Amino acid sequence: MKIIRLFINKEFRQFLRDPKMFVIVLIAPIVQLVFLGYAANRDLNYVNTAVYDMDKSGKSRELLRDMEGSGFFKFNDFTANYDDLEKALDDGRVLCGIVIPDDFEKNIMNRRTADIQIIFDGSDGNKASIASGYILNILNNFSSEITAEIQERSGLKRSLAGMIIPETRVWYNPNLTTRNFMLPSIVGLILIIITINMTSLAIVKEREVGTLEQLIVTPIRPYQMIVGKLVPFTILGFVSIILVLSVMRFWFGIEVKGSVTFLFVCSFVFMLSTLGLGLFVSTISRTQQQAMITSAFLVIMPMIFLSGFAFPIDSMPEAIQYLTYLIPLKYFITIIRGIVLKGLGFSELWKDLLTLFLMGAAILTVSSLRFRKKLE
Amino acid sequence: MKSIEVKNLTKKFGDFISVNDISFDVYKGEIFGFLGANGAGKSTTIKMLCGILEPTSGDALVSGFSIDKDPENVKKNIGYMSQKFSLYGDLTVNENLNFFGGIYGLEGSILEKRKDWALNISGLENKGNILTSTLSVGFKQRLALGAAVMHEPKIVFLDEPTGGVDPVSRRKFWDLIHEISDKGMTVFVTTHYLDEAEFCNRIILINAGKLIASGSPAELKEEFIESTVLEIICDDTIAVTELLSDEDYSQNVSVFGNSIHLILKKKYSENSEELDIIKRSISEKTGKQDKVKINTILPSLEDVFLNLLERRE
Repeated sequence: MKIIRLFINKEFRQFLRDPKMFVIVLIAPIVQLVFLGYAANRDLNYVNTAVYDMDKSGKSRELLRDMEGSGFFKFNDFTANYDDLEKALDDGRVLCGIVIPDDFEKNIMNRRTADIQIIFDGSDGNKASIASGYILNILNNFSSEITAEIQERSGLKRSLAGMIIPETRVWYNPNLTTRNFMLPSIVGLILIIITINMTSLAIVKEREVGTLEQLIVTPIRPYQMIVGKLVPFTILGFVSIILVLSVMRFWFGIEVKGSVTFLFVCSFVFMLSTLGLGLFVSTISRTQQQAMITSAFLVIMPMIFLSGFAFPIDSMPEAIQYLTYLIPLKYFITIIRGIVLKGLGFSELWKDLLTLFLMGAAILTVSSLRFRKKLE
Repeated sequence: MKSIEVKNLTKKFGDFISVNDISFDVYKGEIFGFLGANGAGKSTTIKMLCGILEPTSGDALVSGFSIDKDPENVKKNIGYMSQKFSLYGDLTVNENLNFFGGIYGLEGSILEKRKDWALNISGLENKGNILTSTLSVGFKQRLALGAAVMHEPKIVFLDEPTGGVDPVSRRKFWDLIHEISDKGMTVFVTTHYLDEAEFCNRIILINAGKLIASGSPAELKEEFIESTVLEIICDDTIAVTELLSDEDYSQNVSVFGNSIHLILKKKYSENSEELDIIKRSISEKTGKQDKVKINTILPSLEDVFLNLLERRE
C-alpha cells in the first residue's frame, strides 16, 4: 500500500511538470466539447431552394407562399428556365429545386391531378430526406386545403372525416437538437483518450527512458506498478468528466436528468475496460510513437466508428452490428445518454452496466497478466 | 564466502546465443570486473543476474537466492545501475531518492540519513531540489549510484557506469566504488576501460558469450603473457607495426597511442644478449623509417586481452 501511494505520488508530480499532459487532460476536453457542440449539428434549419415557376398563377404563388411561410425553405433563386435551375443544383447553391408546370392551376381548377417536380441534391442523403419530409408535409396540407375548397364549392361542408391527424410529442430531446444527443457521448470519448492513449504512453515512456528497467530490479511487485499507474489516470478521468459535465450544464444548458453519482459509478466501470486496453497497448508497443499509433488506429478509431457515436448502429450491415457488441464504448454511450437525457437509473441500465463490467474485468485481467509476463 | 554463484548460465535470443554456458563465482566484498567487447554478452548476463531477463538455461545464486526460482528475494538484496541513466528526469533529485528509497522500504530518519549520504557522494548537497534532467552526466552517474546503493544492498551491479564521462569524473566514480566496497558491499562492474579493470580485485573476460579468462589482474598477466613485452615509441606506428608483425620473434603487435606494444614469443631476462639482439634488429629494421625508442615494460591488461582475443580469431 505504501509503495502504491509512493508510485501515485510520483505519477502526479510528473504529471504536474508536464504542461502537455495538462493541456490534454484539462483543456482538450473543454475545447472538444465546445467545438463538437457547435460543429456536430446535423439539424437542418432551412433549405436553400431554387424555383422555376412556369405557371406564375395564383395557385402556384399560393403554394410557394405556404412553403416559404413554413420557415424551412428559403428561395434564393427564381429561375427563368430549367437549365438555370439545374445549374443552381450543380453548383450546390441550392439543395432543392422546385418546378411548377404551366398547367398547375388549370389542372387544379379542372379537378385533375396536378404535378409539380421536386429535385433534391442527394449527396447528403440525410439532409435530402429531412428536406423531402418537410415538403411532403407542406404539400399534404396544401392538398387537403384544395380538397376542402372543392368540397365547399360543391356545396358540401368542410369536413375532416376520414383523416388521421397525428399529435406528435418528442420525448427526452424535445427540440430534436443533435447536440443534446452528441454531447453526453463526449464523456466517453474523453475517457477513452485519457485512459487508453495516455496510460499506454505513460507506461511506454518508462520503458523507453529505461526507468521501467530500474523499477523491475526493485522489489516493487507488478500489481503495485499497475495500480500505481492506473489510479492516477482514473482520477484524471474523473476530473475531466466533471469538467465536461460542467461545460455541458453551464454552457449548453444540458442538465443530467439522472443521478450524477450513478453516472460516476458507470464511468468507473467503463474505465476498467479502457484502462485495460491502455495497459494492453503498452505491452505491444516499444516506443511512444508506436503506442500512439496503435491506440489511435487500432483501438480508438474503431471504437468511435462502431459505438454508435458517429453512425447509428441500426443502419450498419448485420455482420458489423454483431461486431459492435464487442465495443465497450457502445454500452457506455447507451448508459450515458440514458442517464443524461432520459434520467434512467440502475433498474433500466443494469444489463449494459453488467456487460461493461464483465468486459472491463476480462480486458484488465488479460492485460495485467500480459504486462506481468512482459516484466518477468 | 560466495556472493554470486553462476552455474552454466545461457541466454538465447532466437538462434543467437548471447551468453553461452558461463560459470563463475564472485566473493563477498570484492570488486568484480566483468569485461568484454561490445556485444560480448555483458549486459545480458548482468540483466539475468538482476532478474530483468530470464535465463534460457542454467541458474545463478545471487546472495544465496536462485534468480530462476526466487527472483523476489534476489531483488531485495541487490542494487542495479544501468548503462543508460534511469532515474526520473522530470523529478527532482530529492524526489528520486525518496521514491527509490521508499520502494526499498526506507523511511523516517534512516531514509533521511541515506539520502544525505547519497547527496553527499554525488556532490549534490543542498541541490536536492533541482530537476534531475538538468544535471551533467558526471553528477547523474554518481546520483544513480547513490540511488542504487542507498538501501545498502549486499551486491551492487554496475553496467558500464562510466560510459561517456571525462577522466576526472571517472576517477571520482571509482573512488566511490572503493568506498562502497569498503562498506562491505560486493561490487559487480562491467566496463570496457581496461585501466579501470586494474582497480578490480578479480576479473573475468567474455567473448562472443563465452568465458575466456578469469583471475586477478596480476594473475591474468602472469598466466597469459608468459613472454616479454617491449614498448616501442615511434612516430609512424602503423608502418612500424606492419614491419614487425611478420618477424620470427614477434607474437603480437598492437598500437597504443604513439607507441607499439610488441609481445615476444619468449620470456627474456632484462639485459640478456638475446633481448639485445632483438632490440638491435628492431632498431635496424625501423631505422630507415623512424627513430625508435625501445623499453621493456610490464604487460598491461590491454596486452593480455588483445593477445587473448587475437589468439581466438
